[in-house]
Amino acid sequence: MSSAATAETTSPAADAAKSPLARLGSAFVNRLVIIVPYLWLLFFFLIPFVIVFKISLSTTAIAMPPYTPVLDFSGGISGFFGQLKQLGVDNYTWLTEDALYFNAYVTSLIIAAISTVLTLIVGYPIAYGMARAPATIRPTLLMLVILPFWTSFLIRVYAWIGILKPEGLLNQLLLATGVISQPLIILNTYTAIFIGIVYSYLPFMVLPLYSSLEKMDYSLIEAAKDLGCPPTSAFWKITFPLSLPGVIAGCLLVFIPAVGEFVIPDLLGGSQTLMIGKTLWNEFFANRDWPVSSAVAVILLLLLIVPIMLFQQAQARAQEQGR
Amino acid sequence: MNATWSRFNITSVVLGFAFLYLPIVLLIVFSFNESKLVTVWGGFSTKWYVSLFHNQGLMDATWVTARVGVISATVATVLGTLAAITLTRYTRFRGRILFSGMVFAPLVMPEVITGLSLLLLFVAVGLDRGFLTVTLAHITFTMCFVAVVVQSRLVSFDRSLEEAAMDLGAPPVKTFFHITLPVILPAIISGWMLAFTLSLDDLVIASFTSGPGATTLPMKIYSQVRLGVTPEINAACTILIAVVAVGVIIASVANKRREVQRQRDEQAAQRG
Repeated sequence: MSSAATAETTSPAADAAKSPLARLGSAFVNRLVIIVPYLWLLFFFLIPFVIVFKISLSTTAIAMPPYTPVLDFSGGISGFFGQLKQLGVDNYTWLTEDALYFNAYVTSLIIAAISTVLTLIVGYPIAYGMARAPATIRPTLLMLVILPFWTSFLIRVYAWIGILKPEGLLNQLLLATGVISQPLIILNTYTAIFIGIVYSYLPFMVLPLYSSLEKMDYSLIEAAKDLGCPPTSAFWKITFPLSLPGVIAGCLLVFIPAVGEFVIPDLLGGSQTLMIGKTLWNEFFANRDWPVSSAVAVILLLLLIVPIMLFQQAQARAQEQGR
Repeated sequence: MNATWSRFNITSVVLGFAFLYLPIVLLIVFSFNESKLVTVWGGFSTKWYVSLFHNQGLMDATWVTARVGVISATVATVLGTLAAITLTRYTRFRGRILFSGMVFAPLVMPEVITGLSLLLLFVAVGLDRGFLTVTLAHITFTMCFVAVVVQSRLVSFDRSLEEAAMDLGAPPVKTFFHITLPVILPAIISGWMLAFTLSLDDLVIASFTSGPGATTLPMKIYSQVRLGVTPEINAACTILIAVVAVGVIIASVANKRREVQRQRDEQAAQRG
């Protein structure tokens, strides 16, 4: 009791004594907490984009690094202006002139869109089934959805090669059961890419869907049923609209990375598939054309900027609601 | 409650999990295949595991990957936690929108863009590609995942505990280490594990940013997969899955135990 009393009497005094210093210290700490991650992301995330943009305007050179530098200040002011004149949108005109790139962009967007819809169709019943499961087993089910996410993406894509190839497990099964008489050619087709994307990104779709379906008040459905509403129409009028935030978040989480996907089209789609992530990779590693691959990246980023901003807004809104 | 879990719901959950797990199970089963043909069963054998340990290139790559993973996950956890605190606690400062954009955008950014842009940065500042550049790249993209995980815990955190500590005269730094940190520790640990597995897993960003002598395991696996499917790769993948599975199980058991302890403490506090 006495110690508490002394603490009470000394604390305001001590507080007053160290107050300016402590306040200064805490202001410094506050600033540090913000500044360290801020500067890190500025330097390693934002500035690199500026560099990509800059290099996309320069011309290819046979050197290391394989491009002529833009904005090199070693030549002084006159050299700087000389270089400004060299800046050009040649790489971009090149991209528009060659139908290959245009087709790759369009194909990527279409493949990503179809895969997103397929993932939604596959993921929705799973998320719905999980949300309606008895509360005691829900954490286990959730864990089981998250677990594959911990195993390597590359491994999960690789696993499908053994299943889908002509002499693979799926064809063995179908041939043995007599469903087909000729092995199906799935590997190295767009079907294989769809399977790969749906499989790899399924947890990203199920998790946001589940979290919005779990919060839903199911007495609404019962009320609709009591009032004579058939289950299908209750689903489209009540369940689906209420799960819309989850649908949007899930679709963005699948669509955006799928557009620039490299591993899946490369391993499952074979050499014929045209997807922009693969085009960029080849442009960079096989052709060593850094300026053109930078231009490819800039256009890809411009295509994705709207979905990315939508995603960020959805995240920020979820955060506001959580608070 | 069980009445509402209809047959349709049970079927869709079971089918969904079968779809998620069957390919991985098949991969593991065929790593014990005697035959060199991956998809034709020729009897049980562990010979591919033996040959795996004699594959020096694969072993070197594993060592590089493990070091990159531990270092980058640790730094990313510190930076990601700071970013999470910034996002939840400092609602007003200049450039906040830019900051939250920079935290959320890398989560969905196509890896080819992140990889290319980081590589061009390293070239521009004259940093030789190798172990350091891969580690820096991994820190950058995994810290955002850590930030999201820790942030979700911070949002649900009861701030009155911190206010109580500060009212009693504890300086902010002390309050953080004695009050806030223990509460958000589970989130920080799972953030670290997420960062570690993401680093372990990454092929695209590592391929852009690594140089000679810093080949990571996914890069090695990828180059072998391109040459064809072999049981040896299945064996390597199985070991990788086993390592991650053991880690996840240990973490969840530890988490559960801490949760039980916390509940016991709370009950004791209420009684006393």
